[in-house]
Amino acid sequence: MIKLGDPSNSRHSFIEFVIEAFIRVVGFSSIGFVVLIFLFLLREGIPFFYEVPIGNLFSTRWYPTFDLFGTLPLLLGSILVTVIAMVIALPLGVATAVFVREIAPSWAREILKPVIEVLAGIPSVVLGFFGMTLIAPLVREIFGMPTGLTAFTGGLILAYMALPTIISVAEDALDAVPNSYRQAGLAIGATQWQTIVKVVVPAARSGIVTAMMLGMGRVIGETMAVMMITGNAARLPLTIDSIFRPVRTMTATIAAEMGEVAQGSIHYHALFGIGIFLFLLTFIINLVAASTIFKKRRRGGLR
Amino acid sequence: MSDVKIKFEFFTHSSIAPRLVVGLLLFSMTWLLVACRQQSASPSNPPAAQTINNMGSDTLVNLALAWAETYMDKHPEVRISVTGGGTGTGMAALINGTIDIANASREMKPEEIDAAKKDGITPVKFTVAMDAIAVVVHPSNPVDKLTLQQISDIYTSKITNWSQVGGVDHPIVLLSRESNSGTYTYFLENVIRIGNKESRLLFSPDVLLMSSSQGISTEVRQNPNAIGYDGLGYVTPDQKIVAVARDVQGLYVLPSVKTVIDGSYPISRPLFLYTIGEPTGAVKDYLDWILGEGQTLVPTLGFVPLQK
Repeated sequence: MIKLGDPSNSRHSFIEFVIEAFIRVVGFSSIGFVVLIFLFLLREGIPFFYEVPIGNLFSTRWYPTFDLFGTLPLLLGSILVTVIAMVIALPLGVATAVFVREIAPSWAREILKPVIEVLAGIPSVVLGFFGMTLIAPLVREIFGMPTGLTAFTGGLILAYMALPTIISVAEDALDAVPNSYRQAGLAIGATQWQTIVKVVVPAARSGIVTAMMLGMGRVIGETMAVMMITGNAARLPLTIDSIFRPVRTMTATIAAEMGEVAQGSIHYHALFGIGIFLFLLTFIINLVAASTIFKKRRRGGLR
Repeated sequence: MSDVKIKFEFFTHSSIAPRLVVGLLLFSMTWLLVACRQQSASPSNPPAAQTINNMGSDTLVNLALAWAETYMDKHPEVRISVTGGGTGTGMAALINGTIDIANASREMKPEEIDAAKKDGITPVKFTVAMDAIAVVVHPSNPVDKLTLQQISDIYTSKITNWSQVGGVDHPIVLLSRESNSGTYTYFLENVIRIGNKESRLLFSPDVLLMSSSQGISTEVRQNPNAIGYDGLGYVTPDQKIVAVARDVQGLYVLPSVKTVIDGSYPISRPLFLYTIGEPTGAVKDYLDWILGEGQTLVPTLGFVPLQK
């Protein structure tokens, strides 16, 4: 007869020890891997910054096969696509979150939330193909542009990809607003709309900023869809009509060129150099997102 | 009744969960080991004495696969694995010594040759087929012939409207393969610079760089403004191929096996296999076969066989 709750003590603690050690190793190794990846990125990327003169580095022409490594079009390309995506996704995402949390009846919420989460699971290559074959021709015809493979098309698809993140994080933020705020708003005679706009959304502001930052992180690192639909022309997007012209992002550049590059060449280091730019950019975005979360904690729950 | 009780105790025993985890881990590790061994043991072909690893250019990958499959049917003692990944990937693998043959749609770059020499490897080049590069437009585009000079002007944005080359009044949308595909380099040197080594012309920054042949064919099929180029083997029937002339007086010629062999079509390039040093044994036999009998497979995949 096995006695419940009274296993032979030494064996029990030994297994306990093994499991704890295992979990500890797994936990620390994931941090170790991140550090190693970063060191690898630095080792492969740093030579780019002293092999290529600074004037070439920030020039406007990216022709890596001819030793022209102007990263400016790529940097601005990534930023432009991200800004377009956020301008589209943020209002839509926050509005959807408000609807799901504040307005929709509970049965609708039960359907909407899982459906939105499913959206996040669509592989980006599928969205890229969808964008390439359906959205790009539409953009070309509706806006009368020479081609539909533009920064705007890319922004549109990326906005769609960022939406699930923005909606669910913003929804959580709205959820954290105490009900007493809503009741107080309604009690002083505000309509439901006024309560949402003037009380609930401002109270959840920091959570919404976090949602935006996380969505932005998703957008800026996205590769496959962007490579398929932004046209990848490394032109400098400075004029306003650049929105409807092709752009080349940093991620697409790395993905497209890494396969054919000669290992150890300047071009190879250049691609890792761009990887460092990207890493820094996403790091800053995550840092801003994290700092708003910490600020929220310091102030004790809200804001 | 007692059965149920025992089961109940089994599952609630406090140390069972960690044991389960450890057991699962051990099980999955052994399974992995077994799976790895099975993979290398190649159950379908027990007497495989020779394995040839072949990797590189995506342009060549279909042809290399066709060669490998046909050759393995005739020589069951040889196993050939073919992988794509790009010319650069293949070259790097060749230099690292992990493969026997690298497929290349361009010649080896000086830095790659240096890297190989540093490792004591002398790569040897074999020209195995020719590839015609077709210039394609949307089927509704009335333009059906261009000179090399016109194509060059189009791709450097000197000509930006189809009406300048006899088409309708629409802006031209330029499509190209990625900047380090062999096709891109070939097109730049031989079409945009028209073979002039002194020329410093580059693709216009407005060129859309597509990461795949698929990208080019999709856009050409949809967009009446587009012009693109790609290996003849990758041109689908729903794109219109433009006849090309060397100069204004020259004949406008459509790409085909015949016009590439007789030299009248101006844009064709060689495709290569690279080996580590002069090939010996099974690799040599395979290459001899490719250069001889294997050439009959070349036109079926849209490439052009070598001239005898």
